Amino acid sequence: MLSGYSFNDLASIFVMQSFAGLILFSVFLLMALGLAIVFGQMGVINMAHGEFMILGAYTTYVCSYIFAQWMPALFGLYFFIAVILSFIVAGAVGMFLEWSLIRFLYKRPLDTLLATWGVSLILQQIFRSTFGAREVGVTLPDWMMGSWNLSETIQIPINGMIVIAITLLITIVIYGLLYKSGWGKQVRAVMQNRTMAGDVGINTERVDRFTFGLGCGVAGVAGAAFTMIGSTSPTAGQQYIVDTFLVVAFGGTESLGGTIASAFSISQARSILEFFLSGSMAQVLVLLTVIGILMLRPQGLFALKVRR
Amino acid sequence: MLSLQNRKDILFLSILAAILLIVLPMGLDAFRLNLIGKYLTYAFVTIGLVACWGDSGILSLGQGIFFGLGGYCMAMFLKLQASTLEATKNQSTPGIPDFMDWNQITALPWFWKPFHSLSFSLIAMMVIPAVLAVVIGAAMFKRRVGGTYFAIITQAIASVLTILIVGQQGYIGGVNGITDLRTLDGWDIRTDHAKYILYYAGVVLLLACLLLLRFVRKSKLGRILRAMRDQEDRVRFSGYNVANFKIFIFALAAAMAGIGGALFTLEVGFMSPTFVGIVPSIEMVIYCAVGGRNSLVGAVYGTLLVNWARTSFSESFPEIWTFAMGGLFIAIVLFLPGGLASLYQNYIDPYVCRILKGNGRQTSHTVDKAI
Amino acid sequence: MPDKKTHLLKLQASRRQMLTGLSALSLSPFLSRVAYADAPSTAAVNTTGLAVTDDTVTVGILHSITGTMALSEIGSVEAEKLAIAQINESGGVLGRKIKFIQEDGASDWPTFAEKARKLLENDKCASVFGCWTSASRKAVLPVFEQYNGLLYYPTFYEGLEQSRNVIYTGQEATQQILAGLDWISKEKNAKTYYLLGSDYIWPRTANKIARKHIENHLKGSRVVGEEYFPLGDSQFNSVINKIKLMKPDVIYAIIVGGSNVAFYKQLKAAGLDLSKHNLMTISVTEDEILGIGGENIAGAYACMKYFQSIDTPDNKKFVAAFKKMWGEKSVIGDVTQAAYLGPWLWKLAVEKAGTFDISKVIDASPGVEFKNAPEGYVRIHKNHHLWSKTLVGRARTDGQFDVIYETPELMEPNPFPVGYQ
Repeated sequence: MLSGYSFNDLASIFVMQSFAGLILFSVFLLMALGLAIVFGQMGVINMAHGEFMILGAYTTYVCSYIFAQWMPALFGLYFFIAVILSFIVAGAVGMFLEWSLIRFLYKRPLDTLLATWGVSLILQQIFRSTFGAREVGVTLPDWMMGSWNLSETIQIPINGMIVIAITLLITIVIYGLLYKSGWGKQVRAVMQNRTMAGDVGINTERVDRFTFGLGCGVAGVAGAAFTMIGSTSPTAGQQYIVDTFLVVAFGGTESLGGTIASAFSISQARSILEFFLSGSMAQVLVLLTVIGILMLRPQGLFALKVRR
Repeated sequence: MLSLQNRKDILFLSILAAILLIVLPMGLDAFRLNLIGKYLTYAFVTIGLVACWGDSGILSLGQGIFFGLGGYCMAMFLKLQASTLEATKNQSTPGIPDFMDWNQITALPWFWKPFHSLSFSLIAMMVIPAVLAVVIGAAMFKRRVGGTYFAIITQAIASVLTILIVGQQGYIGGVNGITDLRTLDGWDIRTDHAKYILYYAGVVLLLACLLLLRFVRKSKLGRILRAMRDQEDRVRFSGYNVANFKIFIFALAAAMAGIGGALFTLEVGFMSPTFVGIVPSIEMVIYCAVGGRNSLVGAVYGTLLVNWARTSFSESFPEIWTFAMGGLFIAIVLFLPGGLASLYQNYIDPYVCRILKGNGRQTSHTVDKAI
Repeated sequence: MPDKKTHLLKLQASRRQMLTGLSALSLSPFLSRVAYADAPSTAAVNTTGLAVTDDTVTVGILHSITGTMALSEIGSVEAEKLAIAQINESGGVLGRKIKFIQEDGASDWPTFAEKARKLLENDKCASVFGCWTSASRKAVLPVFEQYNGLLYYPTFYEGLEQSRNVIYTGQEATQQILAGLDWISKEKNAKTYYLLGSDYIWPRTANKIARKHIENHLKGSRVVGEEYFPLGDSQFNSVINKIKLMKPDVIYAIIVGGSNVAFYKQLKAAGLDLSKHNLMTISVTEDEILGIGGENIAGAYACMKYFQSIDTPDNKKFVAAFKKMWGEKSVIGDVTQAAYLGPWLWKLAVEKAGTFDISKVIDASPGVEFKNAPEGYVRIHKNHHLWSKTLVGRARTDGQFDVIYETPELMEPNPFPVGYQ
């Protein structure tokens, strides 16, 4: 399929396709990070993860509405405020959820799964009652929807670049928080031995609450970012959740590194295959490979060990 | 003289049998009874979940896979029956299912051919899910993967399978599923009469499965499973091969789910990939949790109750049905982890014991529940 | 304990019946203004035990109002309720006001089948307006055939079906596709086409028809690519790069649901300006643009039988009534309008037959004309689809379409197109 095109054309496509791969990688990583934090550090599977993303998306929608209505002059910049607000809103709701529900279930991790599924149903219905069953269109400033012309034939989507930037920032911040800060030490201490951590004076309840809040907040940011490339509707969260779970399961849950590596390999495989095959063929091949590898290494590709 | 536990089991089973075989058919019209029949097909999955989840601590969020596979096996057989040369004479290739013709497939694919035979289909609907369960189980349990991680991997497999089925519409009907099923070996499954027969067949099969699971739970195997759930390492150190026990019970549950799926296809008249995905798989788990994850009979009641509530609620208040369902999930998990069965245990069981024992002498409740 | 449960079941059942009654009642103040006179006797117009009384007739509405399809189906529900209210205001059907029972299919096909059976067998509905996806229609079809019900199905769809018990008020694929392709090939001198679609039966069948038409009927034209994406997929950058490489004259997109939003946003961000590149779609109506955002799709051509902006008195009246009932901000897409036709076509067929008996209504249906439909004149073909015109519209930034072409003649529905299979 590549015959009959000039070298220049092919080179441009190669550059753009590399960027497409990078964008997909960022999208996957951003989706999975929040889930991976909560699962990896607390052993809790948050089935409402997708709904927290949509919570972020709706926050962005409300922001865009408010700015367009009352502060049109600042509309070009609202998105960054929306991202921060999404983090705060989703994080706050997450902390509330931890306080009201999750903390009673730490001894029964399988039950958190069911309870958070219930939460996801309720959140969906709240979205539907508040914003209607239809999709809402989040209006973005013009400059964000354009493309950046590297050369005459190479255009890089600006929204993709923003997703990459947000992902990079979030990853660095989380890495710093978990591995370089005192708080991160506490989180890891609680994960490794809750009783002992409590004994040395760590407020384990607070650590749990903030960890869960952080995971949900990151989901909110992801949702805000995805208003640039995807749809916002009460049930859109379910579309993301499949990819999210695959990335997390494939990466194993031991470390952030596993999630990153897993997001990278799945996104690159898909992006390259999609270019040479048709879209759904590519996805099926990638999914089958992932399942195949999970059968051989069910503990995840990059985990050291996972035992019950 | 039977032991107290045995007498209780007989009592519970007879009550369930009486309700399903006598009370409901007398109290309900054909339409409602058919609905109950449909719900009961889910009960095949939930009693399997009791064995896997309640007894053995294996929570599978992919039981929909096995339910769906069983259903598809039956649907493929029925579809071939419905696609006679006569019925499909307007197609460009007569004699193949209609959706294949729409997708320019000109010959029956090889994996459809065995489904011309009823006996093959009946065996396949149990064996295929069981074999897949053995493969998944062997991969996971031998490497000591369990708990939440096992749950999300089964879930991932369920979602991949859905995407596969949806993508292969030429071969297995895609998102529409396999529809317009009419006859089982010349017997029209759509009439009210047929629905009654299917209902009773379903109830009898379900009771048989209950008895089988009761036997498993009473046996040494059942005790090992429960020991494994509570202290896996100790069982392992005692010299048992833990993985094999888990694989066995997982495969047994899968085969039962397959039977449920096949019955579902017969009751409803079609099969679609919506039963293979994440949502139905999780819902089945909640039916089980509502009834009581440690109680086989409870799981059947839970399935019936949740589905009945769903139908009633969504007929009257469709908008708030989702709230109710979500609230139910949370409430059960938070306040009633043992499900309805635990209510029974706490409030009613003492009286039943007294009555059955006759002389009112109390014994401890440490006997394992078998039903 | 078991006794307690059966008691509970019965209790719930009776409460449910009571509530169904209540919900039907709540509409009655709205209806009671209408005076009904000269109604033919119930025994004469209802010989098959349908839910018809001396002053009411019961119909069903069966759409998803929860789950993933709710966002698409809600418009149809609104249109059907509007039509029913209008019919009641204008005197009802055969002197009887219409009561409706609404059921939720919950985006789940077996639920659709279950509810369809309830509407027909329990509630004895004289007709049912409902379903949206092909999958839900396929699920309920055997039920309607078994119980001899009557379904009005509003969505444009792939064809390949013709049931005695269904009236298809949306367009089948050839009606929607051929005229648009002819137009774009002639007006834009298009030679190369890139076909895209979500991976299920409608886009695949529609693209198959489009491909045959392009290859066999449009001189010198060819298809340079054809691709499908799983439903709900949100990543299109790779295919957009492929399109950039191949530079087709026309991108022919049949992407549905949430994927639509992702596709058009990413298309715009990738620098493909739709005011310069031709993109034709048959899956984006005004409803979808709400989610996509007008600014992201402006310039695209859509090919269907109805746009909200059609400039006729009938349509203006319809749009005004719709907004009055459902809010100033509501928009009306092709399917919503087709759903609105359902109750009216049923009323016309019932009046032609002079009875509610379903078999007779079905027999009377072919040839029924609805002259003042919002889309213009429509007529039921003997294959149960509608004769209707096909329009090409161009998307504006405000989410509406400019109608730029209209077929001079009504297009004949042809659900089993010879030479296109």
